[in-house]
Amino acid sequence: MDDPLLRLEDVTKDYGERVVTRVLHGISFTLSSGGFTALIGPSGSGKSTLLHLLGLLDRPTSGRILLRGCDTGELGQHALGRLRGRTIGFVFQFHHLLPAFTAVENVMMPILADRGRADDEMRGHAIGLLERVGLADRMHNRVTDLSGGQQQRVAVARALSMTPALVLADEPTGNLDTQSGDQVFALLRQFNREQGTAFLIVTHDPCLAARCDRIIELVDGRITSDRSGGDGQWDSASDRRDGRCGD
Amino acid sequence: MPFEWIVAIRYLREGRAQSLLILAGVAVGVGIIVFLSALISGLQVSLIDRTLGTQAHIVLRRPDEMPRPLLERDGPVAVTAHVERPAQRLRSILQWQQVLDSVERMPGVVALTPTVTGSAFARQGTANRAVLIRGVDPAGFLRIIDVGSKITAGRFDITGTDAVVGSELAAALGLTVGDKIRLSAPDDRSEVFTIRGIFDIGNKDANERWVFVSLRSGQTLLDLIGGVSTIEVKVADIFSAESIAQRLSARTGLEADSWMKTNTQLLVGLRSQNTSSYMIQLFVIIAVALGIASVLVVSVVQKSREIGILKAMGTPTRRIIRVFLIEGALVGLVGSVLGVALGAGLSLFFASLAKNPDGSPTFPVDLNLALFLRASIIATITGVVAAAAPAHRAARLDPVEVIRYG
Ligand SMILES: Nc1ncnc2c1ncn2[C@@H]1O[C@H](COP(=O)(O)OP(=O)(O)OP(=O)(O)O)[C@@H](O)[C@H]1O
Ligand SMILES: [Mg+2]
Repeated sequence: MDDPLLRLEDVTKDYGERVVTRVLHGISFTLSSGGFTALIGPSGSGKSTLLHLLGLLDRPTSGRILLRGCDTGELGQHALGRLRGRTIGFVFQFHHLLPAFTAVENVMMPILADRGRADDEMRGHAIGLLERVGLADRMHNRVTDLSGGQQQRVAVARALSMTPALVLADEPTGNLDTQSGDQVFALLRQFNREQGTAFLIVTHDPCLAARCDRIIELVDGRITSDRSGGDGQWDSASDRRDGRCGD
Repeated sequence: MPFEWIVAIRYLREGRAQSLLILAGVAVGVGIIVFLSALISGLQVSLIDRTLGTQAHIVLRRPDEMPRPLLERDGPVAVTAHVERPAQRLRSILQWQQVLDSVERMPGVVALTPTVTGSAFARQGTANRAVLIRGVDPAGFLRIIDVGSKITAGRFDITGTDAVVGSELAAALGLTVGDKIRLSAPDDRSEVFTIRGIFDIGNKDANERWVFVSLRSGQTLLDLIGGVSTIEVKVADIFSAESIAQRLSARTGLEADSWMKTNTQLLVGLRSQNTSSYMIQLFVIIAVALGIASVLVVSVVQKSREIGILKAMGTPTRRIIRVFLIEGALVGLVGSVLGVALGAGLSLFFASLAKNPDGSPTFPVDLNLALFLRASIIATITGVVAAAAPAHRAARLDPVEVIRYG
């Protein structure tokens, strides 16, 4: 198919009913399959809002969002939910795991919710993902018993459990110490390279952004820059040591 | 296991204190329903049993030219259907053999027997008592009213000139088994009978006045050779007695009195007891439903974050609704199992508190599977209905809100 994975056409988003605030002003861009993109910008610039629109969690006030050429504005709530579950994975800043369940159960949950019934193949798939994020020995722990970094790795595994075409991550390392943050980021990169999953990562960390293939910058609800990144050559840990790349 | 069940069961287990509280609420509610129903229906069953222990479901007799006393008015709760007539000559049911055949063919009729019933005097020495002669065919009659099992001395043996009398009459005349009494009809025919048995069927009037003799002796004594004065009928479903009586009356031209007609007051009492019992049950169900609903609403609010995450993952709304409906149903079902145990235990305890001299409970309870099933089904449905509002509240949650502010 020639259609890009995701295309935004002149998308705006307003909040409020009496006092209307425009949070996003005419955003247009495309995300292609297998891309590894950073979304940066100051606080309040509309990054999370944009991410929610891309993730089909919310609908734009105007403009169109096309997923593989299909206009998502024309889909009903139910179909939209289905499409979201099957094509898009999420990683949030506050990992948002289900505390009543174990790590494997959390990773299985999207498939379970989609198919309705658990089976062994599903479990095997979830276990494989947890092994790949380095949590083979923590699989049957309640997620509340895991550290922040471990929880975020479970969240990454969960985002990938439906083998989505696109993973949206909102400050996935924002709550983690540098080492765990790097570990999580490396995992995202690894899945991108190995499985061709496209990633869009919101981050405040310029070093992480620099390690992405493409950097989109948002200021006051407008795209101010869309450039290619440092194609992953940087080693953020050594950069930080060198003082080149710090907060 | 399906997704909905996995999540519902996990959430119930997770919210332990809440789940226990709500289960306790359902259990108490169901317990009250079971206890109340068991007690009320136990009392009703024993009242009806006692009433039907001394009278046939339907009594057919030849229509009377004389106005009959209205027994229903101001009568005791359990009255006997056999009215003592003024001293007048008994008249037989015409062609009673054919009538018997025709009654037997009526659907719903399970047993019937012809009897000769009429007033007489019993004399023993100088003592004299007014009695009611019951000339019956023992085998047929015992299927209608089981006097055989209520014998306190001797046997139910009424062949030839043998007779069986009630305990009160025996006491009044100082009779024991083997004694003789003289029975005399109003027109002074009389005959000496030997007492073969003494019965106590739990009704003072019957114990005082009934004297069982064979059908033939009754016919001779009451001057009704070859005839019968009544046909007594037993039906399968006691509450269809009145409608069957009406059909029998129409078919045979005889007067047909059902036990329901002669015990109107008892039935009115039972009916109003049922109504008040249903009202109490209804309010208990409403209270239980509100309890379940409020606990589930709280749990939806507490879990809004998780519900938001589930929705963000693409979980269809109907699945989320089902999670909560299943929680409601499970709470109702498990709670009702506990409640049935509680109610049954309470009923049995209550029944064991007070006992009659003969060992039977003063407050009999009627515990049966149908009651347990009914209570469980009602509780489960109540759980699902109560969960509907919380479930829809969960369904309306906006995942973006949750993710942004979660
Ligand atoms: N539901 C809402 N109602 C009204 N205004 C909102 C709502 N959600 C977000 N906004 C506003 O939209 C703007 C963009 O918010 P958004 O969360 O997208 O910014 P952000 O770039 O993700 O910021 P941060 O880096 O701090 O997460 C902010 O000014 C915010 O106050
Ligand atoms: Mg944000």
